[in-house]
Amino acid sequence: MTTLLREPIAALTERVACSHCGLPVPASLLEPAAKDQFCCAGCRTVYSVIHSCRLDQYYDYLRRDREAGGASAPAKITGKAYREFDDPTFQNLHAPPNPATSARTIDFYLENVHCAACVWLVEKIPALLPGIVESRLSLGKQLLQVTFLDRRVNLSAIARLLDSLGYPPHPARSTTARNIRTADDRRALIRIGVAGACAGNTMLLAIALYAGHASSMDPAYLLLFRYLSMIIGVIALAWPGSTFFRGASAALRTRTPHLDLPIALALAVGGVAGLISTLSNRGDIYFDSLSVLVFLLLVGRFLQRRRQALAEDAVELLFSLTPASARRITGDSIEEVPIAALQIEDIVEVLPGESLPVDGQLAGDFSTTVDESLLTGESRPRSKNHSDALLFAGTVNLTSPIRVRVLAAGEATRVGKLMRLVADCASRRAPLVILADRIAGWFLAAVLLIAVSAFTYWCLAAGAAVAINHAVAILIVACPCALGMATPLAVTVAIGRAAKRGILIKGGDTLERLAKPGLLLLDKTGTLTTGKMSLQYWHGDQETRDAVAAIEVHATHPIARALADDAMPLQASDIHQHTHGISGTVNSIRYHIGTRRFIESQAISIPFAWQNHLDRCTSTGLSPVLIAAGDQLVSIAGIGDTLRPDAAAALDILRTHGWQLAILSGDHPDVVSRIAGQLNITDARGALLPEQKLARVRELMSDPARARRPVVMVGDGINDAAALAAASVGIAVHGGAEASLAAAAIYLTTPGLSGVAHTIVAAKRTVRAIHRCLAASIAYNALFVTLAACGWVNPLVAAIFMPVSSLTVISLAFTARTFKKGAAT
Amino acid sequence: MSVLFIVLPLALVFAGGGVLAFIWATRRGQFDDLSTPPVRILHDED
Repeated sequence: MTTLLREPIAALTERVACSHCGLPVPASLLEPAAKDQFCCAGCRTVYSVIHSCRLDQYYDYLRRDREAGGASAPAKITGKAYREFDDPTFQNLHAPPNPATSARTIDFYLENVHCAACVWLVEKIPALLPGIVESRLSLGKQLLQVTFLDRRVNLSAIARLLDSLGYPPHPARSTTARNIRTADDRRALIRIGVAGACAGNTMLLAIALYAGHASSMDPAYLLLFRYLSMIIGVIALAWPGSTFFRGASAALRTRTPHLDLPIALALAVGGVAGLISTLSNRGDIYFDSLSVLVFLLLVGRFLQRRRQALAEDAVELLFSLTPASARRITGDSIEEVPIAALQIEDIVEVLPGESLPVDGQLAGDFSTTVDESLLTGESRPRSKNHSDALLFAGTVNLTSPIRVRVLAAGEATRVGKLMRLVADCASRRAPLVILADRIAGWFLAAVLLIAVSAFTYWCLAAGAAVAINHAVAILIVACPCALGMATPLAVTVAIGRAAKRGILIKGGDTLERLAKPGLLLLDKTGTLTTGKMSLQYWHGDQETRDAVAAIEVHATHPIARALADDAMPLQASDIHQHTHGISGTVNSIRYHIGTRRFIESQAISIPFAWQNHLDRCTSTGLSPVLIAAGDQLVSIAGIGDTLRPDAAAALDILRTHGWQLAILSGDHPDVVSRIAGQLNITDARGALLPEQKLARVRELMSDPARARRPVVMVGDGINDAAALAAASVGIAVHGGAEASLAAAAIYLTTPGLSGVAHTIVAAKRTVRAIHRCLAASIAYNALFVTLAACGWVNPLVAAIFMPVSSLTVISLAFTARTFKKGAAT
Repeated sequence: MSVLFIVLPLALVFAGGGVLAFIWATRRGQFDDLSTPPVRILHDED
């Protein structure tokens, strides 16, 4: 009679496609008579808006996109009024007016834009709403720029229109930071353009010069070519090449080895020697090799930068999705105000399903349950029904609408304080000196030593002029061009492939940190488990279960949802909801479902024999739900957080790669030990506050026994954010809080732990690829420094060798097996 | 062959013009967004 852990029955659906999104329509929503079928209310609304605005062409574009393999998703509309958008302070902050045209421009992050059809639809809005001047969408950044005339159209009306089309808008935050980054990107691109033009033109001139060597050239032309090469070469070194000189001087100031040092040395020596050679019309010039060098190095760095910006954009987008407004109650009226405008002692309303905007207390006689898992890691919802119960910003109100008296807002909330802790940890983290830079120090010393010895030898053997020539050649061919490209390229390729698999990596050094196996600390709620309640234990018969499901469909409590998961086509009537339970009638049997207290309050006795089942539930960390039919207890259900299906397999992969595993959770120790037992993890700690998690991570990182071994934190909540920022590498998993995304170096956009395993395995491969590239480039450098020391290198040899070594490194970087489909073994 | 003394600097001036045009386009934000324009071109004008 007792069953444990079974898969929910798959909902029986016929394959009828939704008229809007094309996904299958659930059987319960099928309307046989209607022409159009919809999978959800959101799709229905969006479809009717598009239809009434005569924008049906959208579906032509959508079909084309789907035929090309585009993904589809159901429409999401919030139905919000967006009244706070009309607030003058809001508008001046987010949509400053253009003094020349008196139009305002605002940047919105849009949810759900993903294809060509979205671009078409969103850019059509000026035709729908007079007063909108222009609407431009940037697909990659999901950023919409709207220019509008505020005397002809309200910003809230624009927001409502976008919302009704299925793209809820959010004012973009950190506009200044983004503008700075755009400006930096443009400068970098200009430098590359100039360097490329210089490199191409010096190469053309160099070909003429090398050809002239073979067939004696008129000295006048030789002089012309050499002077023109010099002019272009000096431009390349002085403008785009200045990046390396600045980097080198910064490295000298801070006394840290950096690859820019040997690069700058080669550029400086080559440039000065070339200038002297040209002006004195004697000796070799290397301007062609030098400008190609500058160009290739800049391209490598630019690619890496673009890739990393992808991850930053995605995180910024998620950040803008956090609620920026609250409903303030003054007297009898409710107004939407920006969170920043809330004052202590204000009263705000929070509906079920919304997250709390402030820290506060219940204002009046309200009773609800709150999901605090984001803040505490506790998976069981907590009930709040006293006016002195504290409510925290960032937690989610679950069951009923409440009014909250504000005790703290913004930075002063518990979340705000945690965020400051996160920023503090992030700024204090010691930067990793990447391998290429560590090599650069030794490299520079070795090259200088060889150059000085060769100079001394040739001075004695053939005189100062020859010696200078050879020493200059050594310094130039020793320029670690391939070495400089190795890391950026290997990392860029890996980050790009990772992004395609839904793994967003922020820093280039992150992968190097993950290369050696260390300790992996896992959060429980939302990371190892789904964070959603489901039925784990059932004692009773199937008939009762179907009846329970039919009744619980009518409740909003997460525990109710777990019981309603396999809802059967039974009809329940006479539903009555209580604080700790629910009653209803199915097939003319009256059922009472709820906590022990609720059942006892209905004057139903709990027989002694049932105590055993209750104990089994509570001792394994499950929440028991008692079910009575009439006045007889008939069933007990145990509700708990479910383990992610891929958790065990992913952890096994990590173990075979030598990682130690441990759990750091804020949840109840009983629940934590149940999960740890299922996963064979011995080191599991529960009931940890966010500050205690941070302290544990710091303690582990300062442990000399694990020096040079990474401590990796995997988590999803605000309660993990500080620990994520302090760890060697923080990995935020899908569905987590914005705070954890900002703190973590890696963000997984797909649910589950297999992404973590894949990232760590691929990081090891990436670092191996970096090592191969570095080894290849050092081998080339060693070979050519030797040739140069023997006096066998001239500008032509250098011009051929440098691109060949770079090509070797590029092909090594691109053929490396790093992040690939199905490679997580 | 002495024509080279004129043609070569002239060619470089042209190349410089190209570079200037590139700088101008970059500063005007032509290369800020590379993912939307290839999609936008598919839409019919109406």
